[in-house]
Amino acid sequence: MFKKILIANRGEIALRIVRTCKEMGIKTVAVYSTVDRESLHVRFADEAVCIGPASSALSYLSIPKIMAAVEITNADAVHPGYGFLSENADFAEVCTEYGIKFIGPTPEQIRKMGDKITAKETMIKANVPVVPGSGGLLKDAKQGMKIAKDIGYPVILKATAGGGGKGMRIVRAKDEFEDAWNMARNEAKASFSNDGIYMEKFVEEPRHIEIQVAGDQYGNVIHLSERDCSIQRRHQKLIEEAPSPFMTKSLRKKMGEAAIKAAKSIKYEGVGTVEFLVDKNKDFYFMEMNTRIQVEHTVTEEVIDHDLIKEQIKIAAGEKIGKKNYEPTMHAMECRINAEDVYNDFRPSPGTISSFHSPKGHGVRVDTHVYSGYTVSPHYDSMIAKLICRAQTREECIKKMSRALDEFIIEGLKTTVPLHQMIMKDEAFRKGDFNTGFLNDFDFGEEKKDKKP
Amino acid sequence: MTYKEITDLIRTINKSNLSEFKYSNTDFEITIRTENYSKKGNAPQVSPSMIPMTTASPVQHIISAQPTTTAAAPSVDKPAEAIKADVPAANAADGTKDANSNLIEVKSPIVGTFYRSASPDKPAYVKVGDNINVGDVVCIVEAMKLFNEIESEVAGKIVKVMIEDASPVEYDQILYLVDPNA
Repeated sequence: MFKKILIANRGEIALRIVRTCKEMGIKTVAVYSTVDRESLHVRFADEAVCIGPASSALSYLSIPKIMAAVEITNADAVHPGYGFLSENADFAEVCTEYGIKFIGPTPEQIRKMGDKITAKETMIKANVPVVPGSGGLLKDAKQGMKIAKDIGYPVILKATAGGGGKGMRIVRAKDEFEDAWNMARNEAKASFSNDGIYMEKFVEEPRHIEIQVAGDQYGNVIHLSERDCSIQRRHQKLIEEAPSPFMTKSLRKKMGEAAIKAAKSIKYEGVGTVEFLVDKNKDFYFMEMNTRIQVEHTVTEEVIDHDLIKEQIKIAAGEKIGKKNYEPTMHAMECRINAEDVYNDFRPSPGTISSFHSPKGHGVRVDTHVYSGYTVSPHYDSMIAKLICRAQTREECIKKMSRALDEFIIEGLKTTVPLHQMIMKDEAFRKGDFNTGFLNDFDFGEEKKDKKP
Repeated sequence: MTYKEITDLIRTINKSNLSEFKYSNTDFEITIRTENYSKKGNAPQVSPSMIPMTTASPVQHIISAQPTTTAAAPSVDKPAEAIKADVPAANAADGTKDANSNLIEVKSPIVGTFYRSASPDKPAYVKVGDNINVGDVVCIVEAMKLFNEIESEVAGKIVKVMIEDASPVEYDQILYLVDPNA
């Protein structure tokens, strides 16, 4: 087992990792930028090294600085958390070169799943269902229409260099194709200077359901059931839950098997997540694989009563995982609390927290790195806390989450607590009747928007 | 400008990310510089309140456990109070504040191991009393088998060596105190 782990991350996940390491008797090293000096993960780690100024590029993303910190503290393993360098194959490679264990998959596995087209090809070879599509860039509208005929309308045209919804057009019928093709290309050219377009089947009313997997160094892979992450705003997850209200025993069996197949096909080592889109007919399609621990790992932990960070560390240390899969025995939900102004287009709201009281009580968990007096800087992402509730049933879980949200006091900046309170009261949400389009038509309380002077 | 306008302006500048603000017209001129100004390397950095906190062995910045760990454990509100308590104590303990207020701190721009000379058998790059110029190599910081020569960005006389030979350094750690007026 490792003697000392350096955590190459910050915020709540860094603290999360420090906690598990302490429980396992492993020494911890925190790295931090100058503005994170007072962060909780720095205070609770056994050692701390300042590695750079506020800018992530010069601190948390700086491989040389992090490796230097590993060197001067004699850490024997690095935990990359999520984001930052967690899916950076070069970083994983540098660690290996220096004889430091990177707690995660191998550089090769990261590369295979990091590129979306390669990942899809790997899945097709492994007989995992993927969203059918053109497989590459479309030459012209004629070729597009031919492929669309095969895979069936509706289809979606996507810019290969794209992002943020730009260069995308849904085509519902053959006669719409030509126009959509031209518009998508023009938009892509204007936004990304690259008018390359590919095509995929458009999954109607998709639910985002992901399967947690874990693989050891000996080729064993298990799944730890699903999380439903359909409540998203602009492709950013806001609420996650386990089990999915849309799930059935047989669907879980099928998706679990597909996820295990996906992980086994690359001999995956570590914990990871296979993301699927599930349509209203309960057909599911591989979307992508995340080769790291995720923000929402907490809801899985709550429903199967298992420490996933501990699992990661054990796998990295060469221990074997069990043979059985894990099924949820309870219901859990997580609300991501961001420092954003819900009533004004979610604009970021950095600042100093003047008063902080997190909810507590039976079945309530808060993962956070902030406290009263802490300054949320504008340099990093806006998530300041995760509120996780666990109960016997989904209904009780929602009641508990509502109670906990009402108890959550964060003063000095704006947070998304009010949004979560609104969602908990929403009829469709309470029925479990939602998909990734849920927040598109949601009323964010326009009347509370700042009036123009 | 009225007195109130000036104080309002200072308040606004302080809230911003500006390092310097200049305004002038035919009969009035004002320049306001915030602490961001010196951090950008425009002027030698002078922060006397930092000096006493580092007279304790700098190595402990990295190696020692944060002493308030167990005290902070009971509730998340504690750490904030622990932090606030540190600062006034440090200032109170510092009797040499005034004497040190003109000294410049030469800080490490990288993480690694500090060496005072190019190799054990060679003399130290600088010692107390030496005069240095901008661009002079003042030490080596080694990281991942690469020996980086650290050049000074200031000129003056070395007043104090803040760190022992062959000890680990972190980003922004103070290496030397330099008197620019010597």
